[in-house]
Amino acid sequence: MSVVPVAPPPESADPAATPAAAPAAAPRRDLGLLLVPPQARSGWRVVLARITAMCVVELQKLRHDRTELYTRAVQPALWLLIFGETFTRIKAIPTNGIPYLDYLAPGIIAQSAMFIAIFYGIMIIWERDSGVLTKLLVTPTPRAALVTGKAFAAGVKAVIQALVVVVIAALLGVALTWNPLKLLGVAVVVLLGSAFFSCLSMSIAGIVLTRDRLMGIGQAITMPLFFGSNALYPVSLMPGWLQAVSKANPLSYEVDALRGLLIGTHAHLVSDFGVLALAAALGVACASALLGRLAR
Amino acid sequence: MTQSESTTTTTADPGDPSEAVVCTGLEYSFGQTKAVDGLDLTVRTGEVFGLLGPNGAGKTTAIRSITTLLPVPSGMVRVFGHDPAKRQMQVRRMLGYVPQQLSADGGLTGRENVSLFARVFDVPRRERAARVAQAIAAVDLTDAADRLAKTYSGGMVRRLELAQALVSAPRLLVLDEPTIGLDPIARTSVWECIDEVRAATGMTVLVTTHYMDEADQYCDRVALMHRGRIRALGTPEQLRTEVGEQLELAEPPTLDDVFRHFAGSGLANATENEGEFKDVSRTRRTASRVG
Repeated sequence: MSVVPVAPPPESADPAATPAAAPAAAPRRDLGLLLVPPQARSGWRVVLARITAMCVVELQKLRHDRTELYTRAVQPALWLLIFGETFTRIKAIPTNGIPYLDYLAPGIIAQSAMFIAIFYGIMIIWERDSGVLTKLLVTPTPRAALVTGKAFAAGVKAVIQALVVVVIAALLGVALTWNPLKLLGVAVVVLLGSAFFSCLSMSIAGIVLTRDRLMGIGQAITMPLFFGSNALYPVSLMPGWLQAVSKANPLSYEVDALRGLLIGTHAHLVSDFGVLALAAALGVACASALLGRLAR
Repeated sequence: MTQSESTTTTTADPGDPSEAVVCTGLEYSFGQTKAVDGLDLTVRTGEVFGLLGPNGAGKTTAIRSITTLLPVPSGMVRVFGHDPAKRQMQVRRMLGYVPQQLSADGGLTGRENVSLFARVFDVPRRERAARVAQAIAAVDLTDAADRLAKTYSGGMVRRLELAQALVSAPRLLVLDEPTIGLDPIARTSVWECIDEVRAATGMTVLVTTHYMDEADQYCDRVALMHRGRIRALGTPEQLRTEVGEQLELAEPPTLDDVFRHFAGSGLANATENEGEFKDVSRTRRTASRVG
């Protein structure tokens, strides 16, 4: 790990670093713009600009390396292909006449989006350790704007992931809607849900402060959130106490909305959107309050 | 140095325009450990000021207090007349900060890394590309701008971070151990970049370092910090002469000797500090990232 400059180090291959190249650069470059500080934005425009900045970064990273997109598609594909196909044959779960695979698909979309978001805090801790977060915290970005930006960035990633699962489901013969308005609604639902779960993750990151602990907690809560929701089976099948858990679980509202939009089951869209928006807002508030702990 | 007039906001007390940073009795503790213990410090506008000291001396804590990262009570710090405790955003707008770790995002290209900071400093879209290009040119990375930052060498990452800090035209550039873990050639190239940009923009530079030769060569004034306080302050020349006379040395001492004179006795005890281990592990992490 130590730098032993016996052989010419990599830096010397870089022309700017070699002293010989210095005189050639005698007429200095134009630095005119670097003398004028940019005009400050204010109010909601700051939040909007930061959300855009964070989402752009997320998309740029995804463009440079799409591996994650493919590897993350494996698990939902297996859920649909193995679990879904098997339970469609068993017909053990009453779904009001809908093929089980169709019933399951929106649940798996929500689940795969949640799995991405729930570990988003690990990235925040990595960014803290590597100094990226520290640097962002010294920019004119209020904590809440930074968290909102990160939450939306996680949401954008999840929406792209959801798109992949939608395509897989369609290939498996699930009768999905192709109504563009409804699909837009699907994107908004996934975005809000992921914003909430990523904020939950960032809040836990702010409390536990290390990756290992966050990994453990993340793994401990994903399964209860998943099985304690209506993603795999109707809530009416659950024992009373689990129904209560499901009622308090934002994932249930996400699945309910997705099911209503994608395969046209009876859904409570207004309350679903309301609960998800409220959960996301609470998540942002909580995570921004705890973010400062990562800076210390 | 005309920029100082253009950026002072009318609402704030401008303070003394010749003072970029003023710390008055700055204190900060991590639990039982007093990392900074009554620091008094003035950085003059336009100078390169070096904060020197052994690991655990409180340099990084001082820097983090000035850059609004630590919640410091009001009245202890002023940056161009603004109190970071009260006017966080105004202070941040004037800062360019490069932390100790190599903090460019490896998953993005050099240009995208700088562009992110142009966005979060509200650079309007119409001038973003040009400004980003100028910042990249200022650190001689134009040819590598569209490569992923993870392919950069340590020295290039540091220069990229300088570009990230410069893109918002800061009045105060804060560098925490900018050359740590770099080989001598990369160290020189980083310092040359800092020097050139300072000459071109007239910005104030506050830098911490362990490398006395660098401080001697590139800093206008230095402060030796030990156990949370300033132990000596002046131009490198002044400190060398002073200590030379005090010790009645035949030859003028180097800044290394000066450093040892003020901090040497306490170095053994520095390990008691909690900050020490954190510092070392962070330094190692940086060094291993540099390879």
